Amino acid sequence: MTDLNPFVLFTASIFTSNMILANFLGMCSFIAVSKDIKTSLGLGQAVTFVLTFTTAINYLLYKYVLIPMNLEYLRYIVFIVSIAAFVQLVEMIVERHLPTLYHALGIFLPLITVNCAILGVSLFMVIRKYSFIQSLVFGFGSGVGWTMAIVALAGLKKRLNDSRVPKGLQGAGITLIITGLMALGFMGFSGMVQIS
Amino acid sequence: MAKPKLRDVLFMGIWKENPVVIQVLGICSALAVTNRMSNAFVMGLGLIFVTAFSELTVSLLRKYTPKHIRMMVQVLIISAFVIIVDIYLKAYLPTMSDALGPYVGLIITNCIIMGRCEVFAQKNRPLISFIDGIFNGIGYTLVLLVVAFARELLGFGTLFGINIMGAGWMNWVIMIMPPGAFFMLALVVWGVNTIRDRQENSENVKEAKAQ
Repeated sequence: MTDLNPFVLFTASIFTSNMILANFLGMCSFIAVSKDIKTSLGLGQAVTFVLTFTTAINYLLYKYVLIPMNLEYLRYIVFIVSIAAFVQLVEMIVERHLPTLYHALGIFLPLITVNCAILGVSLFMVIRKYSFIQSLVFGFGSGVGWTMAIVALAGLKKRLNDSRVPKGLQGAGITLIITGLMALGFMGFSGMVQIS
Repeated sequence: MAKPKLRDVLFMGIWKENPVVIQVLGICSALAVTNRMSNAFVMGLGLIFVTAFSELTVSLLRKYTPKHIRMMVQVLIISAFVIIVDIYLKAYLPTMSDALGPYVGLIITNCIIMGRCEVFAQKNRPLISFIDGIFNGIGYTLVLLVVAFARELLGFGTLFGINIMGAGWMNWVIMIMPPGAFFMLALVVWGVNTIRDRQENSENVKEAKAQ
């Protein structure tokens, strides 16, 4: 695992181990938010940004603070706190310097803290023993893959407005089925590159 | 909020406001660990433990927690209990710990727990919060088991690792792949919603008749 080419890892994290379609991470906001392509794209960008940086920060924290002190079991607390702190920081900076972006993202920024994709990527990084560069690439690639999936779903959902869905399936049910079909499509990539 | 009755709490958690099917919370793990019954079962137990004790702790501390940092406090409490589950699994069920992988840690970001802490434990007494946690956890576990039952039976021909379908059974590989999880959960949501609709309709008819 440690000698994996970063480019292969990048492709794999977008297509074959897509955060949503293969690992089921970040589903909550995926189902709740994805109604409008523009907001989905905004959320996706925010997630990608946070994902890339928190993965890097968590890698450094894990490697240079937790391992030397034999405190690996504390990683859950450390990771979630560093993610929350980073999101808070980004929120403050964006609010001060980029007010238009801040209003566009609105409620999504604080919600990123509890997006399981963010914590999930950090945990995968530890379990799969990635190097710093690999972690960075994996974080960024996962963010791109997540964005792609949520934007695609938003587009599909728009079409759904005009179709008749059985009553019990409306809302979450049909979203799950669409996601299932997308996952089925993405399984076609699985022969391309393989990471655990 | 008036003092919630015990019976209501049980009923809400398992059926009326089932966290997974009705509120669509915490489905990340509901999808990921349901390829085998045993995984789903252990994950469910872990979640019941974490939800119950987190709600208990949040409720005990509710008068001493400053309002604006309560989210952070809740996350820390939840993380502490998740670490206990993780260490326990590593020590006593190492194969299970490997199979569940990062999803044990992801209990922290499971919205069910945060949601119940925020909505219920923050406003109610410790004991009833504890019970609420247990029953929301059971509601979650039941959905997981239903989905896992179908996926393992069709995907591997087994239940809890015991062969059920006999030697001639052709495995439905799609059921253990991600799409199978999405489709199964969608079917469960569909079924539950349809039953609920019917119940509500018959209740409405009864009320109409009474009037």
